[in-house]
Amino acid sequence: MILASQVWTEVFWTSAIAGGLLAGVPLMFTALGEAISERAGVLNIGLEGMMLAGAYCGFLGAYYANTQWAGYLTGIGAGMLTSLIMVVLCVWLGLDQIVVGIAITLGGEGITSVLYQTRFSTVEPRLGAVPTNPIPLLDRIPLLGKAINGQFPLFSQPLVVYLGLAFAVLLTWIFNSTNIGLNLRAAGEKPEALDAAGVSVVATRSYAVLATGALAGLGGAYLAIAGTGGFQPFLTQGQGFMAIVIAMLARGRPIAVVVFSLMFGIALSLSTLLQLAGINLSTEVVNMLPFAAIILALILFARRAYLPPALALPYVRGAR
Amino acid sequence: MSSETAAREGPVAAPRHRPARSVRLERILDVVIRSIVPVVLALVAGGVLLLALGRNPLTFYGNIWVGGVQGTAWQDSAIRMAPFLLIAAGLVLIFRANIWNLGYNGQFLLAAAFVAGYAPTLVTEVPLWLAFVTLFLLAGAVGAIWTLVPALLKARFGTNEIITTLMMSFIAIDLASILIKGPYHDATTPLPQTAVIPFEKMLPSIPGTRIHVGLLVAFAAILVVHYVLTRTAWGLRLQVMGANPRAARHFGIDLPRLIVVSFLASGFLVGLAAAADILGLWGYIRTGWNPAYGDTIIPFVFLARLNALAVVPFIAFFSVLSTGGDLAAQEASLPTDFLLVLVGLILLFMTVIEYLGRRRELGASYLPPGLRQALRAPLLRRRKAA
Amino acid sequence: MLKGITKAFPGVLANDHIDLTLRGGEVHCLLGENGAGKSTLIGILSGLIRPDEGTIRIEGVETSIASPRRALELGIGTVHQHSTLIPAFSVLENLMLGDNRRLRLDEDGARRRLEELAGQLGVEIDADAKAVDLALGHQQQVEIVKALWRGSRVLILDEPTSMLTPQGVAELAKVLERLKEHGQAVIFITHKLHEALSLGDEISILRQGRLVGTIAPEVMRATPQEELRAEIIRLMFGEDARAVVDVAELREELAEAEPEGRAREHEHADVVLELRGVSAFGEGSERGIEEVSLDLREGEILGIAGMDGNGQRALAEAIAGQRHATHGDVLLYGAPVTRLAVSARQKLGLRYVTDDRLGEGIVGMLPVGLNLFLKRVGESPYWRHGRIQRAIVDGRATELIREYDVRTPFVSTRVSTLSGGNIQKILLARELSFDPKVVVFHKPTYGLDVKTTAAVRDQILKLAEGGGAALVISTDLDELLEICDRIAVLSRGRLVGVVSSGPGAARQVGELMVGAETVEAA
Repeated sequence: MILASQVWTEVFWTSAIAGGLLAGVPLMFTALGEAISERAGVLNIGLEGMMLAGAYCGFLGAYYANTQWAGYLTGIGAGMLTSLIMVVLCVWLGLDQIVVGIAITLGGEGITSVLYQTRFSTVEPRLGAVPTNPIPLLDRIPLLGKAINGQFPLFSQPLVVYLGLAFAVLLTWIFNSTNIGLNLRAAGEKPEALDAAGVSVVATRSYAVLATGALAGLGGAYLAIAGTGGFQPFLTQGQGFMAIVIAMLARGRPIAVVVFSLMFGIALSLSTLLQLAGINLSTEVVNMLPFAAIILALILFARRAYLPPALALPYVRGAR
Repeated sequence: MSSETAAREGPVAAPRHRPARSVRLERILDVVIRSIVPVVLALVAGGVLLLALGRNPLTFYGNIWVGGVQGTAWQDSAIRMAPFLLIAAGLVLIFRANIWNLGYNGQFLLAAAFVAGYAPTLVTEVPLWLAFVTLFLLAGAVGAIWTLVPALLKARFGTNEIITTLMMSFIAIDLASILIKGPYHDATTPLPQTAVIPFEKMLPSIPGTRIHVGLLVAFAAILVVHYVLTRTAWGLRLQVMGANPRAARHFGIDLPRLIVVSFLASGFLVGLAAAADILGLWGYIRTGWNPAYGDTIIPFVFLARLNALAVVPFIAFFSVLSTGGDLAAQEASLPTDFLLVLVGLILLFMTVIEYLGRRRELGASYLPPGLRQALRAPLLRRRKAA
Repeated sequence: MLKGITKAFPGVLANDHIDLTLRGGEVHCLLGENGAGKSTLIGILSGLIRPDEGTIRIEGVETSIASPRRALELGIGTVHQHSTLIPAFSVLENLMLGDNRRLRLDEDGARRRLEELAGQLGVEIDADAKAVDLALGHQQQVEIVKALWRGSRVLILDEPTSMLTPQGVAELAKVLERLKEHGQAVIFITHKLHEALSLGDEISILRQGRLVGTIAPEVMRATPQEELRAEIIRLMFGEDARAVVDVAELREELAEAEPEGRAREHEHADVVLELRGVSAFGEGSERGIEEVSLDLREGEILGIAGMDGNGQRALAEAIAGQRHATHGDVLLYGAPVTRLAVSARQKLGLRYVTDDRLGEGIVGMLPVGLNLFLKRVGESPYWRHGRIQRAIVDGRATELIREYDVRTPFVSTRVSTLSGGNIQKILLARELSFDPKVVVFHKPTYGLDVKTTAAVRDQILKLAEGGGAALVISTDLDELLEICDRIAVLSRGRLVGVVSSGPGAARQVGELMVGAETVEAA
């Protein structure tokens, strides 16, 4: 069924990379955020809700202010606000992280759907295309740089994507070479040690979760603004959970997160890709593939998924 | 010191089992408060949200009553209760084992697809009662089998089941669509759905009502689950595993097997819910349908403290809320997803009330001021032995 | 200087108006039984707990210690009983933790400080080793360095010798000398009398939350050991002193002199438990075992000595069936049980009293009665056709509670509310009923008061006398020397030797443990 000639064209591979990026960047932002939380010992099941909050508010911001940056900012804010619930209930009060996470996800899904439909259901507004910031010279490289047919590969991405990649590098440095990073890792490995060293475990984890909310909000905003150009109820379709998987598989290392996110992004954008290659599969099969791939990855790498020892356990001083 | 000398007599004299009457009353009151208050708070918060959206909360909640209880509407609520209750039974079982089976949506939909696919032919070719039994078993089997991959991954490698069940759920939803459009498709119509079971071939109703017998199956399931959990050896092993897996291993409980069997049991019950819904209410299934019943009843499973019997009144309440809510949402021109908001709020308030409840339990005199200090106390009481 | 410190917890008065004075250049020993309130007092000093009443004065200035951070700022460093090192981090990372003055990690500065402090203490520490890979004695040294990191005047050591070899204790004593030379004030918490006498300059004795006596430095120097010991015992145990004096004195003698021990002839009895070349993996920071072979005969009590983390848990669990043996065989009465699961081995009479009472031994939220039978779930007559027979369970539970003297208000009380000693009794009741043959005891008297300790030891002796056999794993050498017929030493996952009880046993065991230690350092 594969028509060889069609697979080996420039269009195909450019689209592969471009599609992978487009679908993978929201995952990347969100998964980077989750990596921060997980390293600090907090399991964020409510990521889906945070992403949706960011998507909706990001969409609102971009729509009314007519610039993508306003959308990103509002998205970050919305994500942080949503994660605040997690901070107060789980980090401060020590309530069950999984239950609260489920509540945030369901609530987030519901409220974004309700708000959107009450305001926009008849109108269905669309956002304009996001301007890209091609890197001069590099953007002439075929496959990696040159844009074809409206598909933008690596070196012709919007600015925010470059910022995201730079942030991943920054995060690696933060984890390994700064005091904040050390505190964060200690909070996830053995919070008692951090407390005995005189650092507030609660404060450290709070910042971590807020950062996660911010990044998840950004991921959602990017998805709405650059990815689909608008908002739909339940827009994220499980990508929040995919981000959790990515963070686990990457063992919390930011560069690995980026790589995995792009791989998953390619899996997500498979449908258009396959159409280009002349392979005809029904939409459902294609939709299934990313999740099936994840299950496969989990089966193959079951032993290697690394989780910090203090994950999902609330820290209470004096307890062992 | 004095407690030690007193206790010398304690176990030697008749060991007392029932605490004093007043203590029991206080405990019941406590349970009631902890269950009702979160719901009330959520409804109030929901009302505020409605106001913000420019809707009248009183009309909204009033419509819930009209659509959920008034006249014969209560029967519609009861019909909706059947799948809710069966799924709740499955969740009570698996959550007691401290296993997070969050893939109920996919398990439900896949089982429903199978039932809707085979039912039209089966009900005409074999005696009706046989068809029903077979279809229920088939649905249960499908639901159970779909839990196998997450179950084995967890039993063998300890893989986090939250992720695996969710992924399988997403796959199942797409798989169901494929089946509906493919082998189970009703050839006589261009619409993506299965053939409709003729009305007289659907589940019989309880005499005098419109409610189908699936509800009776649900009640039976609840009783079975409760009995198994509280009286049987297997149920005890499950609870021990849920409370303390390390201790379970120490006691010689075969953890991997227990994990797999409880997963299968839970999936089976979810599958039964699908059978009840398809055979009793809808008669067919189309692509794109995903009622996500499990999502909406999760908070009530927790509110009932994972007690299978206690879950019934909560589910009854929610069935009314859901049925009436459809009407109310329609009247207020809101999407039905508003219910998800209410559900999320109930969960949140529930966790907060739990926290406050724990604080009160310890007695104010020993509580020094300060947030963190308050949490340490219950743990320190146990550790004082050291 | 502390004055009138009082701290209460629900149901218990942990510290009752305690006064304490510390001076620089002195080791002040805080002596008391388990549960006497030492940990609470230390918690207050290190900022983990706030006192209900009382004042703390540092160099004459009244201060309050609100958090660990504040304690560190005030110059109070604590080395806790349970390690606060992060296993996955390197020594350097562990030491740098908490120093938040700058954004970037100051590795060079940290290395310099480490060298400085290590020199002060007279020890050598590898900065880049992972904490989990260090021997326990070295880990403790790192923790001491950590406590002194930010410059401190008071060093608190909480039961520091519980995990050390005799050699390690000697090294610690040297370190303490150096600290005194530098003018540090040291508080040393212990429940072992001989330690307080040998290492302390001043001793304060706590009993049930109250300060019952202080022995000033001049008194300590002037009075002969025997008198001091008798006085301390009297203060520590009050009226119970007479009953307890024998036990305590016996322990002291065993610790210092060459003990007689229990010499029993068992060479001709049947072998009931045999391990042939058993290996098993360790878990987390704990070591596994490699090619362990031993035999246990009927009526015998075999001790397993060694520092914590050398494979004890792996050994216990491999015998019990909780852990998979990668090599070798476990034989019960000559028949291999290596393939059998835990429940099968239990039925054959092989039992395991775990050291992790709360984490593994009980299910906290279940009632006492049920916990006694959790290893026989599903068996008749307590379960019939899978259904629980409440009356029979409660009846037999009541009998067991009486027999083992478990203090609980009801049969149906949640077991997590009981004290550690009572929980241990429940564990014993459970394992020693239903015809036990070979029982593995893992740290059976850890953290228990003297009375319960004696009761536990009695049970072990009774088991052996009744024809069973016991394997006692413990880090308490004194205990092993007292009750065991033979003692094997576990080091780095291997059995490095077996010593028969008798004169010279203590020295031999110590040598075996040390011999292994020098191999480690190399």
